[in-house]
Amino acid sequence: MSNIDSNLRELYQEVIFDHNRQPRNFHALPEADHHADGHNPLCGDQLTVYLRIAGDKVVDASFVGHGCAISTASASLMTEAIKGKPVAEVEALFRAFHTMLTDANAAENEAQPELGKLAVFAGVREFPARVKCATLAWHTLHNAIIGAQAPARTE
Amino acid sequence: MNAVTEDLSVNKLTPTRLGLAHDFPILARPVHGRRLVYLDNGATTQKPEAVIEAERRFYRESNANIHRGVHWLSQHATDLYEASRVTVQRFINAAHADEVVFTRGTTEAINLVAQSWGRNTLRAGDEILLTTLEHHSNIVPWQLLCEQTGAVIKVVPISDAGELDLDAFDALLSERTRLVAITHVSNALGTINPVAMLTAKAHAVGATVLVDGAQAVAHHKVDVQALGCDFYAFSGHKLYGPTGIGVLWGRAGLLAAMPPWQGGGDMIRTVSFEGSTYADAPQRFEAGTPNIAGSVALAAAIDYVSAIGIERIAAHEHALLAHATAALAAIPGVRLIGTAANKAGILSFMVERIHPHDLGTILDSEGVAIRAGHHCAMPLMTRFKIPGTARASLGLYNDEADIAALVAAIHKAQDLFGTRSTAP
Repeated sequence: MSNIDSNLRELYQEVIFDHNRQPRNFHALPEADHHADGHNPLCGDQLTVYLRIAGDKVVDASFVGHGCAISTASASLMTEAIKGKPVAEVEALFRAFHTMLTDANAAENEAQPELGKLAVFAGVREFPARVKCATLAWHTLHNAIIGAQAPARTE
Repeated sequence: MNAVTEDLSVNKLTPTRLGLAHDFPILARPVHGRRLVYLDNGATTQKPEAVIEAERRFYRESNANIHRGVHWLSQHATDLYEASRVTVQRFINAAHADEVVFTRGTTEAINLVAQSWGRNTLRAGDEILLTTLEHHSNIVPWQLLCEQTGAVIKVVPISDAGELDLDAFDALLSERTRLVAITHVSNALGTINPVAMLTAKAHAVGATVLVDGAQAVAHHKVDVQALGCDFYAFSGHKLYGPTGIGVLWGRAGLLAAMPPWQGGGDMIRTVSFEGSTYADAPQRFEAGTPNIAGSVALAAAIDYVSAIGIERIAAHEHALLAHATAALAAIPGVRLIGTAANKAGILSFMVERIHPHDLGTILDSEGVAIRAGHHCAMPLMTRFKIPGTARASLGLYNDEADIAALVAAIHKAQDLFGTRSTAP
């Protein structure tokens, strides 16, 4: 298999296809107390992230919207990953996720076990043009947490 | 694959092959270890050796500033620059070389008309007629102008096939219409608009007509006098020339009445602190040192295209478009966006359950370069209720092998996504 084909397999893992075909937590959340919009106008990717935060904990998370497979799967896996976690831990997860996607040395850095299933996005690093797809949901999540009014963008 | 090939043979389409890919050095470089299949000509075309060499030669043998030196080299560079203007004039059959203004590209040409002619001409309540097909560069300059003048924009809608609604055009055109700004060829769909007919109608109500020719000049013969329009804008880089050089053609009478839009050297006659007087067109609109090397290389591109014959290129691309349209339509799950009867070599399409950006990444892994996205035509994407499309756009060096590579790469994407139909 050529280098590009193995990179492509790394990018499009079965978990990503699964979450693209059947996104989890893919609905509005009427009882949400936090929400924010994300929009990459060049791609056309658009989503809304909903959160219910009780105390310092994300007790529920969901999203609606549309985008490419990477963007949809990222939002889906994100909502699964953050449910039940303290807000501070969620923000730390975002930083670790972002580092994995953008830092070439992160591959050798084994000390990021907390990423769990999110590690399937490590292959995005080989496709710099697609980093913005994988991070849109996370930037939108961050905006929802801090209560930002302007839509999140990663392009 | 075999099924597709057989289907095509039944259609008796026999695309021509110009066999000129070897003129373009970049086409010999592999991408991801694979043959580069360049199908993003709507974004920019590749450059033949003749163009690359013309730019190189200018800097090695002829470089000097123009219109100002008494030394030999300056006169030589000026002669080359003005000779390029004449080459452009002949290429588009303009009446005079002085009607050819060099710009950075189509975008700057349209902005020039908006800020010079438009600001000087339009008043509150005047109407600018655009179409849903327009590229952002033929929308936003007019929106800026409307903010400055109080003029308003009206938009001619299109059919599901991507053709202008001519009844709506007639209904929207009125004595209030001061300008019709329309694309010759849609960059996103390939639709060729009936510009001569629309111009005649616009002139009947006294409107001025600007044609965005960015996607047209490389693909069929453009004769500005036959079209009858008032302004025609295009870029060198979509015509196998370099980036950073383009053309605004305008009728002599219109250009003569237009004020400058940028001030600086080269565009003046006299300058004093009490006031300045301006040079005649086209120099009036060419403030500062222009892209001299770019103009020379653009002329080389025009010479290259003319030597092949623009009609021959048009015929080749037309045949290849028919071939590619049939090949894409034969893939289950592929839907073409833009099926106008009169089309240039642009294929916009959607592949069922594969987002255009995912498709673009997978095609790229096969060396197939296409554009994925909204193609700087967001209102058009909104019209079709889609976030974007995948777009393959043809150039003179493309052939059936490139289309076969495109089809194979789409199959690869469908295999990867598990969406490939096994049905016959």
